[in-house]
Amino acid sequence: MRTPSEFTVPKDRRASDSLVSVLGLSRTFDVSPPFLNRLIERLPKRTLKAVTDVSFNVERGTVFALVGESGSGKTTIGRMVVGLMEPSAGNVLIDGERSGPDSRRGGVQMVFQDPYASLNPRWRVRDIIAEPVVAQGGKATGIAEQLLEKVGLSADDAKLFPHQFSGGQRQRIGIARALASNPKLIVCDEPTSALDVSVQAQVLNLMSDLKDEFGLTYIFISHDLTVVRHMADRIGVLYLGRLVEEAPVEELFTDAKHPYTRMLLEAAPRMDAFGREASIPIGEIPDPISPPPGCAFHPRCPLATEVCRRSVPAMQPVNKGRVACHHAL
Amino acid sequence: MISRISSFWASDIGWSFRGSPVAILSAIMVVVLLMAALFAPWITPQNPFDPSELNLANGFSPPLQENPFTNDFFVFGADNQGRDVFSTILYGLRISLMVGVLAVAFGLVLGVSLGLIAGYVGGRVDSIIMRTADIQLTFPAILIAMLIFGIAKGVAPIEYRDQVAIWVLIVAIGLSDWVPFARVVRGAAMVQKNKDFVLAAKLAGQGPMTIMFRHILPNAMSPILVIATISLALAIIAEATLSFLGVGAPPTKPSLGTLIRVGQEFALSGEWWILFFPALTLLMLALSVNSLGDWLRDALNPSLKS
Repeated sequence: MRTPSEFTVPKDRRASDSLVSVLGLSRTFDVSPPFLNRLIERLPKRTLKAVTDVSFNVERGTVFALVGESGSGKTTIGRMVVGLMEPSAGNVLIDGERSGPDSRRGGVQMVFQDPYASLNPRWRVRDIIAEPVVAQGGKATGIAEQLLEKVGLSADDAKLFPHQFSGGQRQRIGIARALASNPKLIVCDEPTSALDVSVQAQVLNLMSDLKDEFGLTYIFISHDLTVVRHMADRIGVLYLGRLVEEAPVEELFTDAKHPYTRMLLEAAPRMDAFGREASIPIGEIPDPISPPPGCAFHPRCPLATEVCRRSVPAMQPVNKGRVACHHAL
Repeated sequence: MISRISSFWASDIGWSFRGSPVAILSAIMVVVLLMAALFAPWITPQNPFDPSELNLANGFSPPLQENPFTNDFFVFGADNQGRDVFSTILYGLRISLMVGVLAVAFGLVLGVSLGLIAGYVGGRVDSIIMRTADIQLTFPAILIAMLIFGIAKGVAPIEYRDQVAIWVLIVAIGLSDWVPFARVVRGAAMVQKNKDFVLAAKLAGQGPMTIMFRHILPNAMSPILVIATISLALAIIAEATLSFLGVGAPPTKPSLGTLIRVGQEFALSGEWWILFFPALTLLMLALSVNSLGDWLRDALNPSLKS
């Protein structure tokens, strides 16, 4: 086991060690009414800012977690990192190369949230797992059987169909598929949120083991802080498409700087605090089509003042992390 | 083959099949008619289109009676040329089924391809394809088929007309019924293309062709199967209608519709069997294929399962 301090590389070395560099990433969606409605009813064009100016680095062999509520842009960032979606602005560099539809086939893979939707019900498990290899014109004999055993299933399962497996087993098949093309980076989009709690732990342990065995790097997207604490080396907290805080896992859990992070931590269930008064988060994430001016968190923030309503806080380095808040704690 | 039949028998669909007398009866009917058409030359007592086998003295022989001049016996009677009506029906069935099946196959390939492209690519391509389909739907299918048939007939040289007539018929009917396939497949493609397994395939580096035909199409098969069956009944009727109107199968290669057209000339003069038996065969064919399609639609639709 590595200690957290090994991951806090000095800033000047970080660029050369990082596998993934996300630079000023933004994505807007056009949610305008149809053309004829705009023309006749004089409705304006409307855009939704799903992700605004997000930057972070992920070091080789580490787990970077992105946490946030629904609608905070986690999945959109994940899709842009793997190249399934084009950024509106900014760049994703993987090993110094721009991520896009053609640049990194096979080098980046993804584990999806819903194991019932991520496996084609008409394909045999063997073909599902071997797909990333076959699509690149590689030889795939025996790959599926080998990987099935790696993820804790049996080689005989290769000839079955997805509906013959449980949710946890399907997620293992999804992980095996992600491993098939020998990737450097795997983006895990809430891989355990559709699973039972008992199965979640098994899948998380499997992912940890595979990371060490194959020397993988993970970007781990989740809304569940307990899951993230178990897996991650660094955590980025998202609020309404912006990164509000980014820090090593221990620092974030013991000494969070952003009031939003504090709110999330206080709401998370803890094993050592039965009977404690849990503070429930106040308010809801605002409408991303018309976000509040200034700091997007100010309507829910207990510390908000006039400056928060006027200007968007910039990212500032604090200890080993960064925070975007006018009143960082 | 035997294991396939037994696994079908044991499946949900097989169970639903066993519980539906209408489906069993229709399936038997379809198989009997199909076999009769396939093995027509071996079943029929004469080849009705070989003049050397015909005897004009047999003309207008009524069914189930011995002809007083030739002592020949016809189950369904004989027509004005002395052809055995039973034989002409089986040969006509061949033409009707061939035109129906090939027309549906043509419409299916066209509709499924266009529907997949429309649903998967979306945007302007989708609008163009589906608006074309909408416009075509405002015209009756028979009218479109007659239009295509009329143009083709005008273009083709006279000596080839009878030979190309069947193929023009197939293309005309096929072109008039691709729309339901395209609509259903487009809908399925729009649902499936956002599923995670399609994203995984994109991430694996699969091209759009592989994604459309190997990921999306297999998940849209059951509605296609239902529409194909119901379209088959409609195509057979469309072919009969066109042939009845005299723009379909030529008299040298008569389909059931042509036989009905020829037969209706004698219906009022007492020789009812020349019209009645081909019409009955067409009715049974269309009815059994249609009820089979109805049953299939209910059996494959999970929302109707109790």
